[in-house]
This record gives sequence, C-alpha cells and structure tokens, in this order.
Amino acid sequence: MSIIESDLDTVIDVEQSKVHGALRNNDLENEAIYIFREVAAQFERPVLLFSGGKDSITLVRLAQKAFYPAKIPFPLMHIDTGHNFPETIAFRDKLVKELDLELIVRNVQDSIDQGKVVEESGKYASRNTLQTTTLLDAIEEFKFDACIGGARRDEEKARAKERIFSVRDDFGQWDEKNQRPEVFDMLNGQIELGQNVRVFPISNWTELDVWSYIQKESIEIPSIYFAHKRKVFLRDGFIWSAEDDVVFRAEDELVEERIVRFRTVGDMSCTAAVLSDADTIEKVVGEIRESKISERGARIDDKRSEAAMEKRKQQGYF
Amino acid sequence: MEVLKIATAGSVDDGKSTLIGRLLYDTKSLTDDKLEAIEKTSKQKGYDYLDFSLVTDGLVAEREQGITIDVAHIYFSTPNKSYIIADTPGHLEYTRNMVTGASTSQAAIILIDARKGVIDQTNRHFFINNLLRIKEVIVAINKMDLVDFSEERYQEIKSDFEELMGKRDYQDQKITFIPVSALKGDNVVNPSTNMPWYKGQTLLEHFEALDKDDVYNIGTPRFPVQYVIRPKTEEFHDFRGFAGKVYGGELSVGDEVVVLPSMTRSKIKEIYFYDKKYQTATRRSSVTITLEDEVNVSRGDMLVKVGDLPTIDKQFTATVSWMDSQNLSLGNKYVLQHGVNKVLAKVENIHHKIKPDYSGVDTEVSGLAMNDIAQVTFRLNKPIFYDTFKEHRTNGSFILIDNQTNNTAGVGFIE
Repeated sequence: MSIIESDLDTVIDVEQSKVHGALRNNDLENEAIYIFREVAAQFERPVLLFSGGKDSITLVRLAQKAFYPAKIPFPLMHIDTGHNFPETIAFRDKLVKELDLELIVRNVQDSIDQGKVVEESGKYASRNTLQTTTLLDAIEEFKFDACIGGARRDEEKARAKERIFSVRDDFGQWDEKNQRPEVFDMLNGQIELGQNVRVFPISNWTELDVWSYIQKESIEIPSIYFAHKRKVFLRDGFIWSAEDDVVFRAEDELVEERIVRFRTVGDMSCTAAVLSDADTIEKVVGEIRESKISERGARIDDKRSEAAMEKRKQQGYF
Repeated sequence: MEVLKIATAGSVDDGKSTLIGRLLYDTKSLTDDKLEAIEKTSKQKGYDYLDFSLVTDGLVAEREQGITIDVAHIYFSTPNKSYIIADTPGHLEYTRNMVTGASTSQAAIILIDARKGVIDQTNRHFFINNLLRIKEVIVAINKMDLVDFSEERYQEIKSDFEELMGKRDYQDQKITFIPVSALKGDNVVNPSTNMPWYKGQTLLEHFEALDKDDVYNIGTPRFPVQYVIRPKTEEFHDFRGFAGKVYGGELSVGDEVVVLPSMTRSKIKEIYFYDKKYQTATRRSSVTITLEDEVNVSRGDMLVKVGDLPTIDKQFTATVSWMDSQNLSLGNKYVLQHGVNKVLAKVENIHHKIKPDYSGVDTEVSGLAMNDIAQVTFRLNKPIFYDTFKEHRTNGSFILIDNQTNNTAGVGFIE
C-alpha cells in the first residue's frame, strides 16, 4: 500500500468560490515541495536533471506545485546518452513544450567525439557510466550550483545513506564519510564557489509511492512504462529490447516478440524489460504492489559488482 | 495512510540490523532478489541462519568492518502504514548520527542485549531520545533466546531501565518494554510462543496501533516564509504569495496574523495548495498564503497568529549537540540557521557539559568536541522569533554552520 492518498477533505467544497475545506497532509508531497522551495531560495543557478523517467516526471509535477502560480524558476537539463528510448525523447519534448519550460540538452556523443570518454565495447557495453563526464562538464559550463535529481533512498543500498542536500566537490565527487548531518527539516545549502549540491526531493519516496502519485495526479508518462508488443531477446535471465541496434546482440541470441513493459527507464543498453500485461496505470500500480523483484533488479549496471552504485556515486554519478 | 519514522539505536552487537531484517522479512518486504543476495552471502560466510545485517549495512567500508557508520534509511509498509527506519549507530563516537536520526523521527527503538542488560550505551540512547523529545520509545529487550526466554531476566532489565527513567527531563515520553528475539522472530512481527508470560503487543503491532496524535508534538501555528512567489503574469499580476510549511497548528482564511519581525498585522486572504484554494492549512502542509494587505514579507520572516507571539530576542540559552571535528569555543562565531532564517551567532557562555556517561554535568568547560552535549548561551546579530524546544520542536531548534567549512557543525534545542 502506498501513503499517497487524497489530500482533499471533501467536507466543504464551495464550488462558487472554489474554496476547498481543510487541506489534508500528504507528508511526502509536503516534504518535496518544501525542498524545492529551499532550492529556489538558497541557490543562484539550480537545474532539474531530467531523464524522461517517471521519477523526474514526478519531480516536474512537484516543482509546478511548489511555485504555482509562477512558472518553475529553473531549467531542466537532459544528459542524452544517444541510447534513450525514442519514446522518452518524444515525451520529453512534448512535456517541455506544454509547460513552457526551458530545456538544456547535452550529449554523451559529444564527449565521445571530443575524446573525453571512450565508448565501451562488447556484450555489456553501456553509456551509463560515460554520462558522468558529460554531466560534470555541463555543470561547469552553466555554473549550476544545485542539481535536482529523482534518486530515492529505497532504490539501492548506497542511496539509502544519501542526504537530501548532498554536497559535491569541484570534481563532482561524493564523500560519503563526510556528509552534513540533516536535522529536523533544516537544509544547509552553503557551499564554496565551484562546488555544487545534488538535491533529492523524493528521497523518502518508495517506488510504489511514485506510482501511486502518478495515478492519483493523472500524470502522463512515456508509453514504454505500459505493456506493449516488443521485439526482444533473452540474456542472463533478462529481457532486452531488440528494436534498435544500440544493444549488442550475439547471433545465437534469438529475437522474439513478447508483451513487455519497462519498470525503470534508463538507457536501452542497460534497462531490461519485464513480462507484463499491465497496460493501464491501475494495473501497473497493482503489479508493483504485488511485485517481488525490486526495481533496480532490472538495472544491469548495478549488477556489475556488489558496490557498483557506491563507486559510481563517488565519481560524480547522479 | 500515514508515514511513521522510527529511529533505531543500538550497539554493534545488539542485533539491530538483525531486528530490522526480521521486520522486513516477516512483513514480506524483502524482494526476491534481495533475499537471494542475503542467502548467497550468508552461505558464503558459512552461517546456518540468514545474515540480515546485509539489509542495512550499505557502504563498502561497513561491510568490511561489519559495523554501521552512518544514518541509513530503510522503507517498508503494511496495508495501513508506511514505515521509514532511520538506522543509526550506537557506538560512542557517533552521537551526532543518533541525534540526526532522532530529529526527524516520531518513534524510537532502544535495543538491549538481554545478556548484558542496561549498559552505558543504553543510557546514552535513552538520554538522546529524551533530549529530542521523541514521544514513543520502545525498549526492545533482544536475544531473549540466549537467556532461555526468562521472564525474571526481562523484569530485572526492565526495573534497571526504570531507574534511568526517573532522571529524564521529558517525563511525558511513553515507554513500552517488549521482550524479543530478532534472530528467531519472537515478538517482532509475530507473537512469541516461547514467552507465554508476555501478554503485550509485538513490536509491529505496537507501531500499527499508533496514530498521528500519539506521535506528533502539537504546538501553536508557526509559518516561516521560505520563498515569495510573484508570477508577474497577466492573470496573477499583483499576486504575492508567501510559500512555506505550517508547523505546530492550523492556519485558516480570515485568521489575523502578525508578520515578524516587522510586527505588521494583516489577515490571511487565501491559502493555496497548487492550483486550488483551501479554507484551512493543517500542520506540516506546504502551502502558499496571500494576505489582505500589501505587506512587506521576505524569506526568513514568520507569520503567527495575533496574540500568539513567540519570544523575539537576540540572546538565548540552548542545549547544543556538537557534530563537528573543529571544537566549539567561547567567542566563536557561527551562522545560526533557525528554520529558514539565518543570523550570525557568537558563543557567549558555555555553562556545563553532560558527562559522557550521563551521570551528571561538568561545569569546568572550555569548549565542545564532536559528540559533546552542553548548555550554551548565544548572542545574535539580530533577533530571531523562537519558542522553547519544549513548546515547539520546530521553532525551538536550530543548526550552527561553520562559516569556514560550511559544515553543519551542531544542532541546538532552545531552553
């Protein structure tokens, strides 16, 4: 079950003046809005890191709520690996247009062309780790001092220790042994020039909380989250998309058509699909509720080693 | 649906991680892939039981040393509540983490090893939970399987603990004793068959039965302004909304309010939450308020009800928990963040320090080292609007920021 429930008290609903009764609490939503407002107040140049996934889409809605009736007072930035699902990119562009937001896109391909990073090769090649360089370069280019991300503490062990305001040094590195204590809800965003803070407004949400929120708020998300027919192949017990040539596929790995959906949307090269016939948000929420495999179980990049995420975070990953 | 945040504290060997693992396991909150990883690693280590400590010990360093070194957050839920466990270490050098974990929690579990009984660390955990005015404290007497599930031993520990309770400052704190075996699963989620003499609730049953009014401290409404919203669009041309979170009590449209520090009076005109207007904003809601009059309000100001003013002063005394490797000394200056308001503070006086074993106070104090707790008087460059921590958990607390390192160096509870 999720903690996201109706935040409206239906007792008094004066339609003429459009004034509702008492506002009931949704602790997680209130906390996220509070964090967004702290970011806008404490930093000069914040940016919302937008991946096109459900978590960053949820962030956009929460940011709208934090600043209504004003526009979201900072831009969105997408670090495009070039390996995104086409559905995600189409969705991103539509959202930005509808909400009249500023979008910055920086490409991993450019970092590769400039010789800053080298493309991985082989069966498990992914651009997932390469995007760190592109991200850090973009932070420097725009002098961003706060980067808002959709990471949640329930996703992964190393993330369970992440602060809401997480300070990164000039090299974008995370020092997990020297984190600022966060007491009550006071957030200390004081930093030196050149440093930046990663901000995680939905730190305390679980996967189910996010999905329930998407359902309750009728938030639109990319179609690949819902069950659809897709050309896939099997490897190591995971279902891989075979619709594009981004994912390396050996000749003996046979392509078949299955009804699948994606629980998490990263790069095509490191995101596995799950067999599912959940083609509506209600069914997806129901499925997550029953699910016995944790979300990151479908992320191949974390399986590389026991401490995979922690290592990437120290180097400046999202 | 409610969120209940629980702070856990315990020494390295009390079996805290095992208890949390047991909670997750018995509530079926562990997913197959996590369970698989636990089984695999337990087997590699040659254990004949499941090593649940893997659920909580996140960082590599911790896995190597086999201890927890920071606050970790663990999530699980039942059909009627969502739980967040702030897992904090119990060893001596990490008092700061315990204070951090407890500051955002409404309940706490203090673990006692039934073989060892009440020890110095128990004393410290209890002191900190009491200092932070956690309303619900559960004393889980663990490893009952290793003392033959003895009722006599349980009673002995209970009366030892009750002796500590006499000394506490926050007498209204509710304390519940539960005998458990985290390893075997007795009285954690499921009732124990090994301890028929215990008639009370299991740990989870106890948490399930709590409701919001049991766990939240209620005070008077305080509305610190975080951010001023000025859309400057055609539709909202003259809109000036004050964004913030309501603490302590409720605010409603029509309420007469005073803006601090200007002391200007006005009335609440509208309460927005996103694109809807509401009659009343309840405690802890993040809303946007507009006022009837054109009043100058900026970040750090506070709206309170007329006749319900907090103390407005440039000097106060507080209990400070020090969290930085650089000592706090007489005359030092810090940035004091009180809610969202920042001022400069100077250490005027250090009155006394709590002895590390909590047996009393030292009055000869020159400074505070990390993990010290002491009574300190501060002088500010401009007044803040505060309540005592006793009256108001949010408006009675602050953090101290070191201007050289920008670190959060300490937290204070105003007396």
